[in-house]
Amino acid sequence: MADGVKPRVKVPKSASAGEAITLKTLISHPMESGQRKDGDGNVIPRSIINRFTCEFNGESVIDVTMEPAISTNPYFEFEATVPEAGEFKFTWYDDDGSVYEETKAIAIG
Amino acid sequence: MEFTRRETLAVGGAAALVAMLPKGAYAATTEEWIAEFTGGADMADAGIDLTAPEIAENGNTVPIEVSAEGASEILVLATGNPTPGVATFKFGPLAASQYASTRIRLAGTQDVVAIAKLADGSFAKASKTVKVTIGGCGG
Repeated sequence: MADGVKPRVKVPKSASAGEAITLKTLISHPMESGQRKDGDGNVIPRSIINRFTCEFNGESVIDVTMEPAISTNPYFEFEATVPEAGEFKFTWYDDDGSVYEETKAIAIG
Repeated sequence: MEFTRRETLAVGGAAALVAMLPKGAYAATTEEWIAEFTGGADMADAGIDLTAPEIAENGNTVPIEVSAEGASEILVLATGNPTPGVATFKFGPLAASQYASTRIRLAGTQDVVAIAKLADGSFAKASKTVKVTIGGCGG
């Protein structure tokens, strides 16, 4: 696992049923592209997060396949519909097999 | 060990072939990415929006936005990067709109291309030229 990987997501605490809300996610990760070289001219091996998904109560909101051209600390902003109270689940898949998860509950009100 | 002229040519030729192979197999071009995504279908110019800055001072983080009403997938490519792939967004049933915003790396001044697969199965393409002052691919 890359060091210091910390997911951060911004989800409103409540929404009215059927409302479209904006979600913002950021995860701290170096996203080493595999193109850079170190001081001795050796290529630094690729190490990125290659997939990000967001689900609400098990139903898919967005599924992103990422390539090395995504910046360090990948940031995503997108919109989701909230049909009922429940939980957003955010998952990031690292090249090294690690999986980072974050969940946020949202109420109807 | 001594080589005849003929053997030398054969060995040199084989070595050159081997040296060329990995590159050809590895470097997928923008056209190949597009062909794989669309299956060679025609692309309309309308139906997708791509927002990117005209000038990016730092190629390491260039904010972009894509949106395409009713799209199931959006592919983003950076045509001038060492590897053109950037990201593929797949929208699920709970996506309120087919919109996403992220930050990408650009190696230099180039065209950023977004292709959407629309609800009726057709494809739409948008592209935008971004001028990059400092490239974002190291090296």
